[in-house]
Amino acid sequence: MSTLAGVGELTRLAWRRDRVLVPASVLGLAVLAAGSAAASLDLYPDDRSAAEGLAGVVSNPAVLAMYGPLASETADALAVFKTVMMGAVLTSVLALVVVRRHTRTEEEDGRLELLGSGAVGRRAPLAAAVGVAVVAVLLASGLAAVGLAAVGTDPGGSLAFGVAWATAGLAWTGITAVAVQVASTSRGAGGIAFGALGVAYLVRAAADTAPEGSGVHALGWLSPLGWAGRVEAYGADRTWLLLLGVGTLAVGTVAAAALLERRDLGGGLLPARPGPARGGRLLASPLGLVARLATGTLVGWTVGLVAGGVVVGSLLGSVGELADDPQVRRILETLGGSAGGVEDIFLATEVVVVAAVVSAAGVGLVLRLSAAERRGLAEPVLATPTPRSRWYLAHVLVGAALPVLLMAVLGLTVGLVGPTVSDAAPGPLEMLGATMSTLPAVWVLVGVAAALAGATPRFAPTAWGVALVAFVVGELGPTMRLPDPVVDLSPFAHLSGLPGGSFAAAEAVVLTVLAAVLVAAGGLAYDRRDLA
Amino acid sequence: MDAITVRGLRKTFGRTVALDGLDLTVGAGEVHGFLGPNGSGKSTTLRALLGLVRVDAGTASVLGLDPWRDATELHRRLAYVPGDVVLWPTLSGGETIDLLGRLRGGVDAARRRRLVERFELDERKKGKAYSTGNRQKVALVAALASDVPLLVLDEPTSGLDPLMEQVFQDELRAAREEGRTVLLSSHILSEVERACERVTIVRAGRVVESGTLDDLRRLTRSRVRAALERVPTAAAAAAWPGVEDVVVDGSTLTCTVDAEHLGGLVAELGARGVSGLTCQPPTLEELFLSRYGPGADVGSASAPAPGTSEPEPVR
Repeated sequence: MSTLAGVGELTRLAWRRDRVLVPASVLGLAVLAAGSAAASLDLYPDDRSAAEGLAGVVSNPAVLAMYGPLASETADALAVFKTVMMGAVLTSVLALVVVRRHTRTEEEDGRLELLGSGAVGRRAPLAAAVGVAVVAVLLASGLAAVGLAAVGTDPGGSLAFGVAWATAGLAWTGITAVAVQVASTSRGAGGIAFGALGVAYLVRAAADTAPEGSGVHALGWLSPLGWAGRVEAYGADRTWLLLLGVGTLAVGTVAAAALLERRDLGGGLLPARPGPARGGRLLASPLGLVARLATGTLVGWTVGLVAGGVVVGSLLGSVGELADDPQVRRILETLGGSAGGVEDIFLATEVVVVAAVVSAAGVGLVLRLSAAERRGLAEPVLATPTPRSRWYLAHVLVGAALPVLLMAVLGLTVGLVGPTVSDAAPGPLEMLGATMSTLPAVWVLVGVAAALAGATPRFAPTAWGVALVAFVVGELGPTMRLPDPVVDLSPFAHLSGLPGGSFAAAEAVVLTVLAAVLVAAGGLAYDRRDLA
Repeated sequence: MDAITVRGLRKTFGRTVALDGLDLTVGAGEVHGFLGPNGSGKSTTLRALLGLVRVDAGTASVLGLDPWRDATELHRRLAYVPGDVVLWPTLSGGETIDLLGRLRGGVDAARRRRLVERFELDERKKGKAYSTGNRQKVALVAALASDVPLLVLDEPTSGLDPLMEQVFQDELRAAREEGRTVLLSSHILSEVERACERVTIVRAGRVVESGTLDDLRRLTRSRVRAALERVPTAAAAAAWPGVEDVVVDGSTLTCTVDAEHLGGLVAELGARGVSGLTCQPPTLEELFLSRYGPGADVGSASAPAPGTSEPEPVR
């Protein structure tokens, strides 16, 4: 039997299961690209006004760190400045999710065994997953390019924009294909692939702020997200960089297929280690169990935030050099920072972005409540004298506490690293205060996840969509000139903008109360419904 | 007092009727077999008795408590093995046993050690590395090791090998001697036949039969095989009251007879010079098939399925 037998059926099955996820993501991404470009072109219709409006910003290392290099000082390049990198990351996430859910997740849940016993080749599931992911990536990139051309940007540049997204997306298809062979759990594979994405983002951020020709700048060629930026859509239009994405996909897929031959169904590359024969002290309560199961997640995120904090802190040196440009300040203020030095504005912006990312950790933990329920892992716990409310609150508590810990790690790291490169950098305590001030917004998203998980295990994953929309609207809303009431829907629009501003206590209280109400609503629903 | 009393339980999932007025009584200290084909509502009943799903109508009392309202209090007094045992992939079997035991209020260390040994369980393997049978062993050890008066077991042995099945039977007997009540849902009829005093058979969300095995046997026909000196014609034998399925082969007559007319049949045979006689009571399998075979008539005795094993001597 061919190792690819049955790939057609599996592809159809994967497509059938993704018939909402993929089209919705593709459409959302295309709208993100075309919509924000249209808004920007409205604001800066020609190259002259664009150059005047944003020339100061785009040479700012802080903004370059977040969004990558500016391709050219044209209205078109400015119109897509933020969405090139943001979309490249999101397209990579889409590829990652699609590949993982049709390979390791299927294997972990035992469904692949059922399929594998039929006339299905060993490599067929991998091939089908990679195939669907490639189609999803190409659809998103293609539709975005078409959309951009349709709103009036240069067609060649639009094509290059699509190439930038496709390069990143195809690369993560290949990287995830390897990750799902190496790790033996879906969560572990996600840790590897998301971790690689985080590393790629940080490497790119450091490289894009370093002077051209320097060693650090050259490091950017190691990051697939760096490639996406260096396509320089609406500038150099280096569409040939797509070859790097295709190459990573090819190498990744071939490597994954080779690894597949060396491992058992259900196993990973790393041999399964035996565990302890007796349960530790933690394993004596629902809270202890949830905390114990979250240990790996905690370690991974902590490492990521320390690395991120070091990069953000060390950028403060170059940020200070721009302190005198008033236009830089004005634009940074729109982005989310408030009054204060340029260092403060830069940090306030970064802190909110990281808070949005960290809320994903909290949302993911709370959603384990419904994941456990769907897999049948709630039943053994709830058949013991554990009240449902305690099981529910255990997840919510860990989900709410993890962001506290992570934001504290970020604040302390930046607060310790920053002062070593800049005299104007805030110290650890001030940074701790700044990172802590974002928690109410994070908790609102955790609360949304809790309410959904409590009410319905089936639709609980829509909490991811809510978090993503809150991030995009809060982050891009002001520059896309969305109406205020829409922007205000995002909890991130109500933060104090620390360091530098003053703490808006009333808004923090309102957000926290809202989070508590959402948690309570989810708890009431969870207590009253059938267990799936 | 009865351990479990259920009256008129109804539960629908969308348009699917899972339980359709189910009644169930399990006496205290009894090992009760719960039988039924796939999808007949066994697991839903057990989940309702644990308060994991809320019933639409009917009353249930488990150890004197309402399973939905008093779930926490009730769970202090019972241990449950789900039909589909799922374990945390990253926790070892030993960790899982300790976790579940502690959540139930404590583990009896000596009992735990004895059970792990008897079930030959490798406690150090991670959840994802266990086979189906080993996952069931983890759940069984966790349940049997806890000091509770009621065990609710949903097809606990479907993945066990015959040796482990024997160990399970021994543990079931030990549980009974300790005075524990056991509600055992199972497909393995020999297991139920060996372990249970009373059985309840459900079909399509209702009980079709409930009682002791002897009660149920009385409702079903025995198979009789006799070697006779003066063999009657098949037609003549079929005219005897309560006798059916007559086959005459040389000097051997086989037939089935309902419990009420067994005495009459033996008298008829005795008058014809019996040189050999076997009478096989209906097996649980025959009871089972007669209760949920396609043409099964709820509540009335029908013929046992043909092609069953060789008769045993009269007990």
